[in-house]
Amino acid sequence: MAMTATAGHAHADPHHIGVVIEHPGPASKRIVTAYGFWVFLLSDIVMFSCFFAAYAVLSGQTAGGPRGSEIFEQRNVAIETVCLLLSSFTCGMASIAADVRNRFWFYLGMTVTCLLGVIFLVIEFREFADLVARGYGPSRSAFLTAFFSLVGCHGLHVSAGVLWLLTMMAQVFAKGFRADILRRMMCFALFWHALDIIWVAVFSVVYLLGSGA
Amino acid sequence: MLGKLDWSAIPFDQPIPLIAGAVVLVAILGVLIWVVVKGHLPYLWHEWITSVDHKRIGVMYILLASVMLLRGGSDAIMMRIQQAVAYQSQGYLPPEHYNQIFSAHGTIMIFFVAMPFVIGLMNLVVPLQLGVRDVAFPTLNSVGFWLTATGALLVNLSLVIGEFARTGWLAFPPLSELSYSPGVGVDYYAWSLQISGVGTLVAGINLVTTVLKLRTRGMNYLRMPMFCWTTLASNLLIVAAFPILTATLAMLLLDRYLGFHFFTNEAGGNVMMFMNLIWAWGHPEVYILVLPAFGIFSEVVSTFSGKALFGYRSMVLATMAICVISFMVWLHHFFTMGAGPDVNAIFGIASMIIAVPTGVKIYNWLFTMYGGRIRFATPMLWAVGFMVTFIVGGLTGVLLAVPPADFMLHNSMFLVAHFHNVIIGGVLFGAFAGFEYWFPKAFGFRLDERWGKAAFWFTFLGFFITFIPLYVAGMLGMTRRMQHYDVAAWRPWMIVAAIGMAVLTIGVICQIMQLVVSIRNREALRDRTGDPWDGRSLEWATASPPPVFNFAFNPDVRGEDAYWDMKIHARQQSLGHDVPEYQDIEMPRNSPTGFVCAFFATIMGFALIWHIWWMVILGGIGAFATFVVFAWRDHDEYVIPADEVAAIDRVNLEERRSLVSMAGTI
Ligand code: HEM
Ligand SMILES: [Cu+2]
Repeated sequence: MAMTATAGHAHADPHHIGVVIEHPGPASKRIVTAYGFWVFLLSDIVMFSCFFAAYAVLSGQTAGGPRGSEIFEQRNVAIETVCLLLSSFTCGMASIAADVRNRFWFYLGMTVTCLLGVIFLVIEFREFADLVARGYGPSRSAFLTAFFSLVGCHGLHVSAGVLWLLTMMAQVFAKGFRADILRRMMCFALFWHALDIIWVAVFSVVYLLGSGA
Repeated sequence: MLGKLDWSAIPFDQPIPLIAGAVVLVAILGVLIWVVVKGHLPYLWHEWITSVDHKRIGVMYILLASVMLLRGGSDAIMMRIQQAVAYQSQGYLPPEHYNQIFSAHGTIMIFFVAMPFVIGLMNLVVPLQLGVRDVAFPTLNSVGFWLTATGALLVNLSLVIGEFARTGWLAFPPLSELSYSPGVGVDYYAWSLQISGVGTLVAGINLVTTVLKLRTRGMNYLRMPMFCWTTLASNLLIVAAFPILTATLAMLLLDRYLGFHFFTNEAGGNVMMFMNLIWAWGHPEVYILVLPAFGIFSEVVSTFSGKALFGYRSMVLATMAICVISFMVWLHHFFTMGAGPDVNAIFGIASMIIAVPTGVKIYNWLFTMYGGRIRFATPMLWAVGFMVTFIVGGLTGVLLAVPPADFMLHNSMFLVAHFHNVIIGGVLFGAFAGFEYWFPKAFGFRLDERWGKAAFWFTFLGFFITFIPLYVAGMLGMTRRMQHYDVAAWRPWMIVAAIGMAVLTIGVICQIMQLVVSIRNREALRDRTGDPWDGRSLEWATASPPPVFNFAFNPDVRGEDAYWDMKIHARQQSLGHDVPEYQDIEMPRNSPTGFVCAFFATIMGFALIWHIWWMVILGGIGAFATFVVFAWRDHDEYVIPADEVAAIDRVNLEERRSLVSMAGTI
């Protein structure tokens, strides 16, 4: 539809009645980065959904091995959950500190986040090690396969998060709150909160439903 | 020390792969030596390997796809010859070798030909069509490309070191489990797809963000060229579907490496889960491939008909409808595996529904041509050839989507003919059309038309001579993937198909000749206008090849067919008054991150395949270190000063003026 649009907002687009909102042009770097990272997180969540689906399919396939209710330790899981939820809070504090360029609170927030993450990982690791020692490793049954994979996949993400967190702290230490570093910090925070959300799903689907069964 | 790797991995007793491998090795070494001796290495390194320019990365993707097309094509030739001669005999290929060939062929053609080709074209063109300077994440873009190249490299390594999967291109368990495939073939398959899959995901995220967040002023959604829309749809599918592939392959690998039980026959594993997961990725995948091709045809048809695309909005709607529905039909790939009549009926109907938006598109192209002033340049030939071919493929697809019919035709040669019909006639024709259409944009000279047309006709005829017989053979009951057979009725059809393959090969040779001839005559074929086809979208508004920054200043879009409008507008106002005020432009700096990353990924992938654990750790540390080093950079941009921009742009503006005064009749 070749047409000569006159100045202003005229009817550049004949199918629309009234004022056409003109696209203002490319978005800022901050928005582009955050948006792209969101898209990545969504794809990561799709990947998790596959492991959730596999768990749902296989959770009854114990092949004569233990069922969920026989191996889950509610107390440990509760501690893990508290650690992770708290760490999301401290991570939020660190983000705010970064926004207002306060180094002290930034380091403090990140350190606590890191500690909580590490405690979470240690508890999870001990749970896994204990199960394997009792002969309930992932190759015992399809149920355990799905369990170890789903929970382990989340654990791997947390480990990667801790590594990223330490890198972030080092970067702020070396370079200060530069714009690009703040953008990265924003992505890290999104990542960490997303892990929290996924953990809530793991907690509900695996541990809560599993202990009931 | 070297895990499972020892001298027995090299197939000294099998002449074919060894000779092929040796030839390739010599060729690569030859090219390398030539590059070094001629002193091209610094140029290659600075201008291409470390480039983060979306146009260069696009070109490299397409180059990779073309090279792999030759590899996948030789596999195809070998298979056609085998089936032509293997009547009541073993043929010339041992069974285990034949099985590797068809597995490698499918894997290579989908992952390392079709995917890089369309992603390459999208990379090359979309930012130009959107009127912006770059994609959203330039360095990541380079990482994505090099990871794809890593996957391709690993697949080719399997030719000489070890073996490839014998499981077919989707590695169905339990055949792909350790107990039935104890060798490294499936590991090669899984790791190369895993690594290149990450690359694809990165490209997908990048392009989705680019289309949604980086558009020039006035480029509203309903003014984007069709190719941008299909790019958006295709990359949304990538973002949603590729993680499924990643998860599925991860599960298979866990089964193989650590004795897990996702898909095994023992301990409660569930093979059907693999079917559901792999096809939940696999069906969207075919639309990931074909949607961009639809976009290319839309651009080509409207340009060469000299008309705006008919039914633009219905086209957008059809594209997005396909994007959504393609996620709801995966089960039609295993109607025969006992899901029950109700489920089959639902998925059968859902599958047929996809044919509706596809039909809408075909009619829109036809109406665009209707009453237009059609020029049959090579890209247009591919587009028209596509319409004919794809209709046949779509119809046979709808036939297969009828569950009772599928019970007869599933896993037969008919199926093979169907998907080649849609993938060659759809995706590959689209890729070739895009290649011919945008080549002058990328390199500043046209391709030779005579060789191009010859290539089209040989490919087109060769395609039908090859695949119509396969439909017939399928109807006669021939199943797919046969190493040899005893049914006399199939034989003639196999021989015709092999002849067709020869004709197809001539088509490919013509295309290579076209490239050689055009490069040699490039001065005569040079296009200084930047707009050789009298195009309609913004990529034609800049010089060919475009400067690094694409546009000296961001274009202002006032309607659909942005550049066409500008031309007419400029002509009516007897043009060219205002000299724009140039400004400094910031561009991302080149970076070896992608290449280095892929280097470590290759090491890691190879080590994982052969269980060389220390090397795995080394590769992992290397990859992490690369990221940290990249994150530590202080200057990731450089500035092109305004006068330099002005100097570069002045040439383009001159050409533009002369061009506009000549063209622009509707
Ligand atoms: C009109 C739309 C289409 C319909 C209704 C359709 C239907 C089907 C059905 C029912 C099957 C499974 C047959 C069987 O396994 O027995 C199938 C297989 C296949 N289709 Fe299509 N199809 C359509 C378009 C496409 C397109 C556009 C592509 C690719 C760009 C494509 C690629 C494939 C491939 C690769 C397979 C075979 C996979 C394998 O088993 O290895 N199809 N199609
Ligand atoms: Cu399908």
